[in-house]
Amino acid sequence: MQLVGQPVPRKEGRDKVTGQSRYIDDLHFPEMLYGATVRSAVARGRIKNISFEGDVPWDEFVVVTAKDIPGENCVALILMDQPFLAGEFVNHPEEPVLLLAHPDKYLLEEARRHVRVEIEPLPAIFSLKDSVNQKEIIWGEDNVFKSYHVEKGNVDEVWGNADFIVEGEYETGAQEQLYIENNGVIAIAAPENGVTVWGSMQCPYYVHKALVKLFNLPEDKIRVVQVETGGGFGGKEEYPSMIAGHAALLAWKSGRPVKIVYDRAEDMSATTKRHPSWTKHRTAVTREGKLLGMEIDFVVDGGAYATLSAVVLSRGTIHAAGPYFCPNVRIKSRAVATNMPPHGAFRGFGAPQSIFALERHLNKVAQKIGFSPEEFRRRNFIHEGETTATNQVIHEKVDMEGLLSRAFELTDYEAKQKRFAESNQNSRQKKGIGFATFMHGAGFTGSGEKYLESVVGAEATSEGRVRILAASTEIGQGTNTVFAQIAAEALKLDYDSIEIAKPDTGNVPNSGPTVASRTTMIVGKLVESAVLGLKQTLIISGLLKENYTPEDFQEACRRYIGQHGALKSFSKYKAPPGINWDDEKYEGDAYGAFAWAVYVAEVTVDMVTYEARVDDFVALQEVGRVIHPVLAAGQIEGGVAQGIGYTLFEKVVWQDGRMINNQMTNYIMPTAADIPPIRVFFEENPYTFGPSGAKGIGELPMDGPAPAILNAIENATGISINHIPLMPESLIEVLGGERG
Amino acid sequence: MADASPKVEINCTVNNERVTLHAYPMARLLDVLREELRLTGTKEGCGEGECGACSVLIDGVLVNSCLIPVLQIEGTEIKTIEGIASGDQLHAVQQAFISCGGAQCGICTPGMVIAAVNLLERTPNPSQAEIRTGLAGNLCRCTGYIKIFEAVVQACQSVEAKS
Repeated sequence: MQLVGQPVPRKEGRDKVTGQSRYIDDLHFPEMLYGATVRSAVARGRIKNISFEGDVPWDEFVVVTAKDIPGENCVALILMDQPFLAGEFVNHPEEPVLLLAHPDKYLLEEARRHVRVEIEPLPAIFSLKDSVNQKEIIWGEDNVFKSYHVEKGNVDEVWGNADFIVEGEYETGAQEQLYIENNGVIAIAAPENGVTVWGSMQCPYYVHKALVKLFNLPEDKIRVVQVETGGGFGGKEEYPSMIAGHAALLAWKSGRPVKIVYDRAEDMSATTKRHPSWTKHRTAVTREGKLLGMEIDFVVDGGAYATLSAVVLSRGTIHAAGPYFCPNVRIKSRAVATNMPPHGAFRGFGAPQSIFALERHLNKVAQKIGFSPEEFRRRNFIHEGETTATNQVIHEKVDMEGLLSRAFELTDYEAKQKRFAESNQNSRQKKGIGFATFMHGAGFTGSGEKYLESVVGAEATSEGRVRILAASTEIGQGTNTVFAQIAAEALKLDYDSIEIAKPDTGNVPNSGPTVASRTTMIVGKLVESAVLGLKQTLIISGLLKENYTPEDFQEACRRYIGQHGALKSFSKYKAPPGINWDDEKYEGDAYGAFAWAVYVAEVTVDMVTYEARVDDFVALQEVGRVIHPVLAAGQIEGGVAQGIGYTLFEKVVWQDGRMINNQMTNYIMPTAADIPPIRVFFEENPYTFGPSGAKGIGELPMDGPAPAILNAIENATGISINHIPLMPESLIEVLGGERG
Repeated sequence: MADASPKVEINCTVNNERVTLHAYPMARLLDVLREELRLTGTKEGCGEGECGACSVLIDGVLVNSCLIPVLQIEGTEIKTIEGIASGDQLHAVQQAFISCGGAQCGICTPGMVIAAVNLLERTPNPSQAEIRTGLAGNLCRCTGYIKIFEAVVQACQSVEAKS
């Protein structure tokens, strides 16, 4: 039976719809304490004193400060600059300073409010531009966590020959991941047994690595188990290391299990968000509409510590020039420090920011040279055999023109544009239609996958069932289901005969983090080769013939395990042939494969209330082979909804480095009543090195909505707006100004 | 602090079983369900009545259990996600959520299923606009709601087909 391409039932579907799935806050351990975090109230400063006040029975509390840390006081990631608990200095207003634990969570909250941390303030920086201008040096020598320089051709020579030179500036705001389940963990720890943490997370081995350093323990003394996770979107890539460390420190000191689950306000204000960005474009074009040169300056605000900003910046940089062929490109990019909580991973990982800038800018260029946005793009789309900004030769068949034509047919684009232009003349409701064309690379950037050396295991049981051993987490996207489909298809077994082991570092190999649209394409391929290894072993041992039935397979497993013991197979990542990346020059094959897409938005702007609404959305993409049509469409629809939120709803309001609208009441995400019909279409062009031809899709849908919607708003109103989120109040400013 | 006033006895029905609870009068129904009765299918998402992850039915009315002081449930009939299926037989809404892909991470799903069941009880054949309004109090960050709308439509059709 063919399984790939079929909408088989989600593995954990029944438990989820009946309320039987157990998330971290649903678990209770005997003798368990609750933990809480006391944070700085000051954006930057030196800790002078900590006192315990109020009518609180302080002797009942477990108290942990930086002095109690048995190993290194740093959250191990790329650079070792972020402490678990501030010692002498604080660098952002949500910085953890002290931990408390108590059996009564109500008393705990009371106590948390009565810890007084006296801090002598130091000058702080609260905006990306102040950081770039070095208003104050708050990190390293120049506030710069990381910079990249991509150079293709000779940009300096193009300006003299250009018929047109077009410049523009574009800005994007922070965005909260807003998974509906807040961050949470439970830890048990003791010097003799080591540390075990259960939690809501994307990357168990990231947490493992951080705890090894924090406790200075051997790797086998640390165990990290992912429990059912209520959404991540990048927000549970890095932060779980912090909260896991905190719970483990309290457990270590108290000798009892400790649970820390954030409430919504703490989760929103203290954990990571999408990096705000600022992009400048300078573009040289010919009269015929050909791109001659692009100069791009891309800056993201990393917050107070380096965390993952270097990698976010990398993806944003590589995507900054889009799916176009341009012979001369220079991209300079920087991630800079501010005294805000560190910004982190969020679906798209830098690409939505730089693609927003590019896709808005190209409309400006088109207008300047007298082309329609679509005609200008058609003259510059990249093709097989041409090179991207990093000089990566595209070796797959790319048909952006075809995608654009199909997207226009699906939306009746040209007819609508004409109709709206007429009906807008006498209406306060201005309608418009716009689009964005873009690509998204799947898997880790450059040499990332090679360094990761991900491993997936498969084991057979004596009943002939196959269990997949991987650290890749199910966080709602359907990992368990897709892995089972790939494995069952490869072995010609029933879907139900495949099990997925719980991601537990004590039991599964490190298949890498669950990020970067890599789980299906990269890890799925390892699943495929690991299970084929089982079959190979059975064939070599003479217990199975090439043409077998599921019953033959079961019998062979039973006999093999009877004769030899365990039947396991492991598969380790090997880069597909011909992938070369130069980290020094930032040049070469940035990604094994790209997904290609055209998104079209139809909008209405009310010129009296200044509300902008999306009326219809079409998402058309080429993602290789679609493994599971329902899950794949679900990924696209969910990503588009988040993209609509990013564009029109979700504004983080900052005050002295702190998010002050840290509630669902005043940070607004789209509801069922706000979302337009989202119509999803796939073109399938199987990718040779993906499992059954699949490429990654998870992040792609985050890239297109913002530029498509603002391009549509420009079409509706004639006004060019180059920042998001676009709230009614900023529309008032822009449109009100236009009316004088 | 929570123990400012003494615990009170409260009698009500939860998922068709009569229960007697001892709780602080201002304890949230959400906490009493999760901690006293261990009915952890009801989730906390925001604690301020915005997200609907804690939705339950009190006498057939859809409420956010994080906003209900337990004192208010004396003598009422409460239904939580654990009471939606009949034994092994899933409710049509639950079945449709599985087949349409209405549940991704699953954390909003119990509340969303409750809201959808309640919508269909009130409006057996809802229009698209009624579905959207009926579910607007339940936030989902994964699906973009489209597959949830499809699930509600499919649930209606399967209920109709049976009757």
